[in-house]
Amino acid sequence: MTDDPGIEAAQTPDLSGRIVIVGAGHAGGSAAALLRQYGWTGRITLIGEEPLAPYQRPPLSKAWLKGEADGDSLALRPPSFYAEQSITLRLSTGVAGINTAARMVTLDSGEAVAWDHLILAVGAAARKLPVPGAELDGVLELRTAEDAEKLKNALGPGKRLAVIGGGYVGLEAAASARALGAEAVVIEREPRVLARVACEELSGFFQDYHTQKGVTFEVNAQVQGFVGASGKVSGVQLGDGRTLPCDVALVGIGALPHESLARLAGCACNHGIVVDEAARTSVSGIYAIGDCTQRPLPLYGLSGRLESVPNALEQAKQVAALLCGRPAPAPETPWFWSDQYDIKLQIAGIPHHAVRRILRGDPAQAKFAVFHLDADNRVQAVEAINAPAEFMAGRLLVGNRKPVAPEKLRDMSVSMKEVAA
Amino acid sequence: MAKIIFIEHSGATHEVEAKTGLSVMEAAVKNNIPGIDADCGGACACATCHVYVDAAWLDKTGKPSAMEESMLDFAENVESNSRLSCQIKVSDALNGLTVRLPESQH
Repeated sequence: MTDDPGIEAAQTPDLSGRIVIVGAGHAGGSAAALLRQYGWTGRITLIGEEPLAPYQRPPLSKAWLKGEADGDSLALRPPSFYAEQSITLRLSTGVAGINTAARMVTLDSGEAVAWDHLILAVGAAARKLPVPGAELDGVLELRTAEDAEKLKNALGPGKRLAVIGGGYVGLEAAASARALGAEAVVIEREPRVLARVACEELSGFFQDYHTQKGVTFEVNAQVQGFVGASGKVSGVQLGDGRTLPCDVALVGIGALPHESLARLAGCACNHGIVVDEAARTSVSGIYAIGDCTQRPLPLYGLSGRLESVPNALEQAKQVAALLCGRPAPAPETPWFWSDQYDIKLQIAGIPHHAVRRILRGDPAQAKFAVFHLDADNRVQAVEAINAPAEFMAGRLLVGNRKPVAPEKLRDMSVSMKEVAA
Repeated sequence: MAKIIFIEHSGATHEVEAKTGLSVMEAAVKNNIPGIDADCGGACACATCHVYVDAAWLDKTGKPSAMEESMLDFAENVESNSRLSCQIKVSDALNGLTVRLPESQH
C-alpha cells in the first residue's frame, strides 16, 4: 500500500498535489476551507451542481423558510472567499464520470480535470414517493435552496400545506408554514411522527405541540396519490379513500445517498459510500465525506450513515487532517438539532445498545430530556427539549461512557454537573 | 462595520472587518479563522464557537443568556470571560473587540 498517497501524506506531507472535491455542499465547502487552514498549497477545485457557492442547508426548513434569513446569511463564506483562498469554484457543473486509473474526473461538458486526491462530497437525494400525481406542479421536496424557494413562494396566509412524512424536515416545514399563516397537515405512515429518529416521549411531545399550534395529523396513513387541476396539485389521496385538499405538498420521506459516481470509480458502497475513520474509501486516493457516506461509529462499534452538519464537518476535518499530515482528530459524539416554534431539540448519541429510558424534567413544561441507558447504565443517547444542560452533560457522558445513577438522573434537584461528575 | 481581532491559542492574530448585525462567530467563519468550528451555524446548540472575551470588552459584549450559560457550563476550559461567539452581535460599539480562542472546541 506504499502507493497510497493518503498514507504517504501522513508520513511526509506533500501539500502540493491537486485536490478535486465533487460536491459543493457543507461537507465539500468545509473540506476546501480546512485544507487551506491546514496549509495545503496545491490546487483545490470544488465542483458543485447547484448554481450557489456552499451554503447552510439546515435553515432552509427553519429561519430561511420563515423569511428570517437571507441568501447572504445562508452562504457558508462570502463570495470573495474562494478567490482569496485560491479555491477554484466550478458551480452549475455536473460530473459525468471518474477514471480511477488515469486520476481524472469528467465533467458533463466532456472536460477532464486531473486529481491526485479526490474527495466525494456528493450528498444525498430526497427519496421519491412513487405514486400517481407525484409529477404535478406543487408537489415539492426540500433539499436545496431552489426547492426551499419554491416552497416559500407557495406558502402564505390561508395556503394549505400537506406534508408527507413526519420527520424533522416535514415537522420543521409545518412549523414554518404556521408561522407564515398557512395551514398544515402532516401525513405519516407510522403510528407516530419521528418514528425512525426519536423515542415515543419525543414523538408524543412534538405531535401535541404542533397540534396546539394548529397543525393537524394523519398517522397510520398511506398516500395513494396526488390529484390536481390544470397540472397543479390540489389534494392528497389517502388509502382510506379521503382526499385532503392542499395548495402545495412537501414530500419529506428521507434521503438516499448518491452512490453512482463512487460505484463508477470502483469504491465499495453499502447504503452509502463505505469509508474508514479517516474518510478513505476502498479506492486509494479517493475519499468521501458527509451525507453520502457509510462510516464507522467507533463509540458504538457499528457503522452507519449520519445526515447532519456535525457529521459533514467531522469528516471534512478527518480528510483535511489526513492529507495535510496532521494528527487525526479525536472521534466526536454524533449529534443533531432541530428548531420548531420556540422549541430547541438537541440530540447526542445514537440509542443502539440502549435497554431503558429515563425521563428528566416535565414534557408539560416543554423542558425535559430523555436519556437512553445501556445495561450498565451508560448513556447511549440523550434527547433534550429546551434543556441545554442535559444535552451538554449527556453528550459528555455518551463520549466518556461513565455509568450514571438513574435515580439521580431523574431527580431534577440533582444538577447535571453532579450527575455527570 | 467593526474591526474584530481573533487571537488563536498559538498566539497567531487575525484582524477582520465584520458587518454590523453578523455574529462574531459568522465573522470568524466567513474569514476562515482557525479554531471556531461553529457546528450548528449559530443556533446556540453546540458550544463549538467558544471564545474568551478580552477583559476590556466584557461590559460592551453583555451577559450570556440562560441558554448560553447552560451550554457554557459544560464546554471545556471555561473561564469567567467565556462566551459563545454566535451569541455576540457585531455593532459599531464593538469596533476593536478582541477575543481569544481556546485550544480546542471539542
